[in-house]
Amino acid sequence: MLTRPLSGDKPRSTVLTVLLLVILVALALAPFLFPGVRSLETAARICIFIVLVASYDLLLGYTGIVSFAHTMFFGLGAYGVALASVHMGRGWGALLTGTVAGALAAAALALVIGLFSLRVRAIFFAMITLAVASAVAVLVSQMSGLTGGEDGLNYQIPRELTPAFRLGELFGVRINGKLLNYYLVFFACLILFLLLLRIVNSPFGRVLQAIRENDFRAEAIGYRVVWYRVTATCLSAAVAAIAGSLFAIWLRYVGPDTTLSFEIMLDILLMVVIGGMGTMYGAVLGATIFVLAQNYLQSLMGVASEATEALPLIPNLLDPDRWLLWLGVLFILSVYFFPTGIVGRLRSGR
Amino acid sequence: MTQTLLETDGLTVRFGGHVAVDAVTCAFHAGQLTAIVGPNGAGKTTYFNLISGQIAATAGTVRLMGEDVTRTSVAERCRKGLGRAFQLTNLFPDLTVLENVRLVIQAHQRKGFGLFSMAESHVELTTHAMAVLERVRLDGLRDQKVSELSHGNQRKLEVAMLIALDPAVYMFDEPTAGMSVDEAPVVLDLIAELKHDTDRTILLVEHKMDVIRTLADRIIVLHNGALAADGDPAEVMASDVVQEAYMGRELTDV
Repeated sequence: MLTRPLSGDKPRSTVLTVLLLVILVALALAPFLFPGVRSLETAARICIFIVLVASYDLLLGYTGIVSFAHTMFFGLGAYGVALASVHMGRGWGALLTGTVAGALAAAALALVIGLFSLRVRAIFFAMITLAVASAVAVLVSQMSGLTGGEDGLNYQIPRELTPAFRLGELFGVRINGKLLNYYLVFFACLILFLLLLRIVNSPFGRVLQAIRENDFRAEAIGYRVVWYRVTATCLSAAVAAIAGSLFAIWLRYVGPDTTLSFEIMLDILLMVVIGGMGTMYGAVLGATIFVLAQNYLQSLMGVASEATEALPLIPNLLDPDRWLLWLGVLFILSVYFFPTGIVGRLRSGR
Repeated sequence: MTQTLLETDGLTVRFGGHVAVDAVTCAFHAGQLTAIVGPNGAGKTTYFNLISGQIAATAGTVRLMGEDVTRTSVAERCRKGLGRAFQLTNLFPDLTVLENVRLVIQAHQRKGFGLFSMAESHVELTTHAMAVLERVRLDGLRDQKVSELSHGNQRKLEVAMLIALDPAVYMFDEPTAGMSVDEAPVVLDLIAELKHDTDRTILLVEHKMDVIRTLADRIIVLHNGALAADGDPAEVMASDVVQEAYMGRELTDV
């Protein structure tokens, strides 16, 4: 029954199926299950990062290309929506224009970078993306007249997507524009994820895997490897940009730190690796665990620190200020124990 | 009147001061199996690499069905009908046996850019791939990962992938190398079958003299990168050139 929407790519592990269903249901009913501004913020961020990480997996896990420009494409989409909303005024047209323009700009830039560097060696591509991404980040922060510089841009989105738009109550939860906005993000992300799942399971996706396995032979059986790599790069960039647009619609703010920073790039890399490269479902698990840890580890540690107050040393170690240290420890452990990612581990049994 | 499918004209490649393939001029005709022999390091595989495009020629030309393809990419030559199996097994190790062959057929049918259809829904690709796998008796291992196959079965898959490509020019580089005595006949029988197809030409690099004796219509001998002999198998094998080349003695009058 679910074969077609999942493109025949079933989770192939009972535990994984359960985990994915739990995440899907939790995200689908987040406003009702976890009322509150902060939890809805987290849920929306998880949705968006699932798509962002999945689009990166298309590149890293399926095609075997390392890129450091994924946040740049993410940022292009976000700034597309922001700039369109600022200059065209509040409205649906601005959101659509910004999203489409951002995705097209991302794909075009990916095409240029790809054609320029993927002909040579995949490693050259990694270096070029790093350079271009840094240049764009600097440009955005310097051209403050256009982009708002380090302060970023605030803008208005259609009233129907803001908390001011009230529709009444359901199960004790206020139905307002923020909730509609969340479902816009949720369904858009669900569709994008299923689209990516279809792409990696299409004839094209098989060629990408062949290229990752053995590009020499892929060329020798008649595939123009460069074009496949470039196409994958463009697709991945466009999807990342749309994720950025959704992020901008959700936050009603864009700034270099939230969309373009190199920290987010590293986060994406870690989420792919933790979840499991080349699996798509890894993006779901990786993004969920990572974003939850980012948002709640600190408070969890605060609680733990207080609970252990009577003991020596331990409360200091568990101090909320040390949360980054523990996040780091978690990563090292997960990469050590799950070298093929969580999905790889679950699929291999045990 | 036989059709010439592949020609090399003065084909040369130099690596630094070393001439690996030295002005080889040779034509390959439809319906013919040409064995390429020569001692180790004679340039047989390099000659193959030049023809299929993995190495760029220093001088000379390669013509495929009359068209100059010397500067054409590997993928493009393949699309024009040049198919090659490799001496060192060269597969997609993490994919299944079936997927390896399907990828070849998919390339041949130009379906690689199907972005939004499910790969599994292209039933005709699977059927075709299974038919090819049956010919090399690998159909029972269709869902096995290639990296888990025995060496002999990997060699068979290598041959299956070339057959799936359905090229006009078949290039086999020691197809039975490392195969057990019971496995080799499957591959050799297949090559013998391909010979009946009179639209194709087969190039075969091989060391085993009994294989050459049964399969070859013609033998060319490479020695130090140059064409040392060319002709009827019985004649060439009896000639001094071959005897000396295989004895490893220095050739004085090439």
